[in-house]
Amino acid sequence: MFTTNPFAELSATISPEIMQAYVILMVLFVIGGTILDTLHKKSAKYFFENAEKAAKNATRELSGAEKKSLMAKTLTNEVLTSSEFSNQKRRMSHLMTMYGFIVFVATTAIMIFAYPEAKTETPAILPILWHLGALSLAVGGYWFWFFIRVDVLAEAKKWYQLARADLFIVSLLAMSTFALLWSLTSGHGLFLVLFILASTVLFTTVLWSKFAHMFFKPAAAYQKRVTKADGSRENLPADFDLTDPEVQRKFPDIPEYMGTNPPNMGLGIKREEPRHY
Amino acid sequence: MPTFVYMTRCDGCGHCVDICPSDIMHIDKVTRRAYNIEPNMCWECYSCVKACPHNAIDVRGYADFAPLGSSVRVVRDEEKGTIAWRIKFRNGEKDMELLAPITTKPWGKHYPDLASEPAPSQEMRNSPLLFNEPKYIRLDEGGLHTLESNGQKLKEGVYY
Repeated sequence: MFTTNPFAELSATISPEIMQAYVILMVLFVIGGTILDTLHKKSAKYFFENAEKAAKNATRELSGAEKKSLMAKTLTNEVLTSSEFSNQKRRMSHLMTMYGFIVFVATTAIMIFAYPEAKTETPAILPILWHLGALSLAVGGYWFWFFIRVDVLAEAKKWYQLARADLFIVSLLAMSTFALLWSLTSGHGLFLVLFILASTVLFTTVLWSKFAHMFFKPAAAYQKRVTKADGSRENLPADFDLTDPEVQRKFPDIPEYMGTNPPNMGLGIKREEPRHY
Repeated sequence: MPTFVYMTRCDGCGHCVDICPSDIMHIDKVTRRAYNIEPNMCWECYSCVKACPHNAIDVRGYADFAPLGSSVRVVRDEEKGTIAWRIKFRNGEKDMELLAPITTKPWGKHYPDLASEPAPSQEMRNSPLLFNEPKYIRLDEGGLHTLESNGQKLKEGVYY
C-alpha cells in the first residue's frame, strides 16, 4: 500500500491529462494569488521603500560577493533550517510541516506527470516519500494546531475556535489527512473528493491565507541580514562584546557592576513559555 | 505615542502578548502576528519592545520624545545581563548608544515581594500624598473599584 502509486490506480477513473491539468492550474493559482496579494497589500512596494530607507543609514557598502554570501547564509539558515524561530518547538514543528509539504507536493507532481498510468512501473521510493511527506505534514501540523499556535498558547483560545489566519493550516491539515485516508482505504471515493477539495481550497485561497509567507519570509530574512552587515542595524544598538576593554571604557557601569568578564546570566523571561493568561 | 509591530520581523511568538501590563498587545486574526489593539491605552512602558526576541516592536515618537526624524530603540539582552539604548537625534548628527547592566543588585536576590507589603495606614491615608484617594480616582464617594465590588468576574481567555 505504501509502495503503490495511488494516482496510477486513479488513472482508471480520472484520465492523467485531467490530473496534470489540475496540477498546472493549481500552480497558476498560487502564482496569481501571490502576485495579487503583493499588489493588493503593496507589500513589495513597502518592502523596497523600507530597504532603501535602511540603506541610507548604512555605514558601509556591501560588495556583490558579500551579498551573495548573505543570500547563501539566508538559504542555509533561515530557509533550510528555519533558524529564525528562537523557540525550538515551533522550529521543529515548522520544519516537519515545511519539508512534509515540499516532499508531498513534489512527489505528487512527479507521480502525476511521470508515472500516471498503472502500466508504467512507479519506483517504490516515490509513493513511500509521498506517504512520509503527508505524515510529516500531518504530525507537524497537528502539533502546531493543538499546542503551538500563539492564539492557543498565549491567548487562551480554544483549538476549535477558527480565524481567517487558520485558513492555510486547516487546508494543509485537511489535504494531508484526507490524502493519507484515501491511500489507507485503498482509494475510497469520499476521501478522494475531500482530498481534492482540501487541495483546491489550499491553492486557490492564496490571496486570503498565509500561504505566500513562504515567498516573502526569505526576502525579509535576507534583508534583515543585509541591515546587520551594512551597519544600519534598523537603528538598533550594536551587539557589544562585554569583555572588550574599549566597550568597558566607554560604558564604565559594565565593569563596575558586572566585572571585567561578565558571566552568562541565563534566560530571564524566555525560560518560561508566554502563557501567563 | 504607542507601540507598533514590524510585521516582516514578527513571527507570532506571543512574548509581547504575555508581558503587556495593559493587556493591549494581541494577535491579529488575519495574519497571526502581534499588534497593538488599543493605541490610546498604551503608556509606552517598553515592556513589549524589550520582550520581543526579534526586536520587531518599536514606539512611535511624539512631541519632545523622539520627534519626527529621530529614533529611540532598545535591546534588552538577558543572557548578557545588559540593556542597550540607541538614540538617534533628528539633526542627523547625534547618535547616542547607551549600555548598562539590567540590574546593579546581585542576580537572583532582592526581588520585591509586594504582596507582603502592608496596606497604607490611616496616617498615610491622611498625608498629602494619599488624602484624595480613592475618592478622586473614582470621582464619587466609595472605596476603590474592584471586580468584586462591581459584581464582575474575570473570565479566562482573551476577548477582543
